Amino acid sequence: MSRRELIQGNEACARGALKAGVRFVAGYPITPSTDVVEFLAQELPKVGGRFIQMEDEIASMGAILGASVMGVKAMTVTSGPGFDLMQENIAFGAMAQLPCVVVNVQRSGPSTGGATLPGQGDLIQAKYGTSGDSPRIVLYPNSVEEIYRITVKAFNYAEQYMTPVILLMDEIIGHMREDVDLEAIDVGEIVERRRTDIPPSEYRPYEADETGIPILMPFGSGYRYVVQGMHHDIYGMPNTSPQNVQATIYQINSKIDRHKEKIWLWEENQTEDADILLVAVGCVSRSALEVVGQARKKGIKVGLFRPITIWPFPEEPLARALARVKTVIVPEMNWGQLIHIVKEVKPDSVTAVPINKYDGTLIMPEEILKVVEEVK
Amino acid sequence: MSWKDYIKQQMFPLFTCSGCTHGTVTNAFARVADELKLDKNKTVIVCAIGCAGRIPTFLDFPVLRVTHGRALAFATGIKLSRPDVKVIALMGDGDALAIGGNHFIHAARRNIDMTAIVSRNEIYGMTGGQYAPTTPAGARATTAPYGMLEPAFDTCKVAEAAGATYVARSDAYHVQHLQRTLKAALQHKGFAVVEVLTSCPTQFGRRNNLADPAKMLERIKEMTVTKAQAEKMTPEELAGKFVIGEFVNTSRPELTEIYAQAFAGMGV
Amino acid sequence: MGRSFNIEINTKWCKNCGICLAFCPQKVFTWDEKQRIVISYPEKCTGCLLCEYRCPDLAIEVRKVEEESHE
Repeated sequence: MSRRELIQGNEACARGALKAGVRFVAGYPITPSTDVVEFLAQELPKVGGRFIQMEDEIASMGAILGASVMGVKAMTVTSGPGFDLMQENIAFGAMAQLPCVVVNVQRSGPSTGGATLPGQGDLIQAKYGTSGDSPRIVLYPNSVEEIYRITVKAFNYAEQYMTPVILLMDEIIGHMREDVDLEAIDVGEIVERRRTDIPPSEYRPYEADETGIPILMPFGSGYRYVVQGMHHDIYGMPNTSPQNVQATIYQINSKIDRHKEKIWLWEENQTEDADILLVAVGCVSRSALEVVGQARKKGIKVGLFRPITIWPFPEEPLARALARVKTVIVPEMNWGQLIHIVKEVKPDSVTAVPINKYDGTLIMPEEILKVVEEVK
Repeated sequence: MSWKDYIKQQMFPLFTCSGCTHGTVTNAFARVADELKLDKNKTVIVCAIGCAGRIPTFLDFPVLRVTHGRALAFATGIKLSRPDVKVIALMGDGDALAIGGNHFIHAARRNIDMTAIVSRNEIYGMTGGQYAPTTPAGARATTAPYGMLEPAFDTCKVAEAAGATYVARSDAYHVQHLQRTLKAALQHKGFAVVEVLTSCPTQFGRRNNLADPAKMLERIKEMTVTKAQAEKMTPEELAGKFVIGEFVNTSRPELTEIYAQAFAGMGV
Repeated sequence: MGRSFNIEINTKWCKNCGICLAFCPQKVFTWDEKQRIVISYPEKCTGCLLCEYRCPDLAIEVRKVEEESHE
């Protein structure tokens, strides 16, 4: 029997987190993300979890990493200005290799911008917002059903690859309601953090095994070591020797690179015979999908490539889709971010056409269709 | 077990400058840890940046050394997610009170069960001698070449006003008092703050005619008075003095217990 | 008359800051010509432990001399 409900994207995210096994959430109120933590404040105690509203987003990010070092699945939720503040401790999580999920329900920026207006201005920041080079897995679903599944995936990736995972949403998909039966959705395996049998006396926390990923035993479990953001050796102790620094930075970045094909998620619609390819994410990809159908009714072969994994960017799948087209159109609600990645991937023979809208409203299908008809 | 089992002997000597009495706090801490027989596997040390933030990596505990000022934010996540674990934050004054001031205030307000030890050396040592929110008026620092122009924080008053249920001050000269104070703080249920006056001969001393470690410690001896002594002193006499002793030792519901009670019977 | 207390300085940890010397109530310590701490008058030690507790490098250990009964 189907138990379909009209559910909001933000609630699907909260319920996906519970499904994944989240047991600690810290957050600071910010529109348009707050529904997620409101739901979790209500539901977490019922499963033995804890929610706390911290004094700011810096503290929220710190608190979830504190829980993570204890082996607890942890998450925080924010939007643009809060995401700015979280960058410092996101880098800490990447450097110290502590899993966690950071949800950013994007709004119109920069700065305070428009709290209730959608935006897609954080695609680049999600990967490059911090100092130094560190890995980032960034996912961006586009429907209520997918938000649920991808939230579980975000936790899975975090625990599997021992790194913060950013779950991007936007005001539109966060506040959009769709008719879904979340219980019926197959989210697949729930990944738990790896453990080791190596005795504490022989344990080297930051020594990656053949997977390239370290096994960090939770604090309080008999393993005593140092977790820190300073350059450190395989024991976690400060070490700034060139050889050690090179090895550490290689390890934290290459662990994502070498597994990128397993991390890539994307969706293609009618790309096989397309002359024009649309590349779009989040709310805009819903308009773009509409355009594929409308354009084809007019005899224009348009396809859609929708990255769900934004970082590491699914370059090879996009390159395959681009190999068959003459033009790629990139509609996005910002000054131009996704298009930079597309330009890096595309062959010279393909023309890249941007559609940038930054007025705090959705790019509508007709706006994309107009450009399609111009370039066809 | 001896106090030496609470430090990583193989890592010593400490990286600190000669006469840096942050090390004296470490000395007292290791002895008190041994006296209380702290369970090294059920205690987590949280620290951050600066000289006082680096020393705790020489302690034989699980140590989480985080971003500047954020020790108490991370510590809150540790304690709330695992209330059975003892949490101790070891910080410097710039770390706890400047960049981390907001977290300090709110951890005190929540009365979350942890011990915050703030080593007050009145200067940013690791970065080369810039003024801190604790640098005394008139003292010289690289960023206060004409002398410190701002007033200094009273850590204990801040902690008390914010709601900490144990607040005390000690110093690196009165070491027996320091050990007693740390012991009381570590046994306290709730948010416990101990400010420890320490000395930085290299960065504070050198710029203030006190480069000699013994002279720096002599200064601490001279500027500290007990509560009993302070009661007999005029405000003029107390200017520039630090009162050592316990200022707050009360009981108020602790955060993780409040959570446990609020959610008793819910779920698992 | 034998000594009551054994004072040991771990020279690998000691940075010769002089805090032990400056504040020892019995003036047990002196400087040598290279500005290193020397335990010159161990017999004066009363075992107050202040040097051990104050040492910022955790380098001093003061131990009560055990009765050597088996000799």
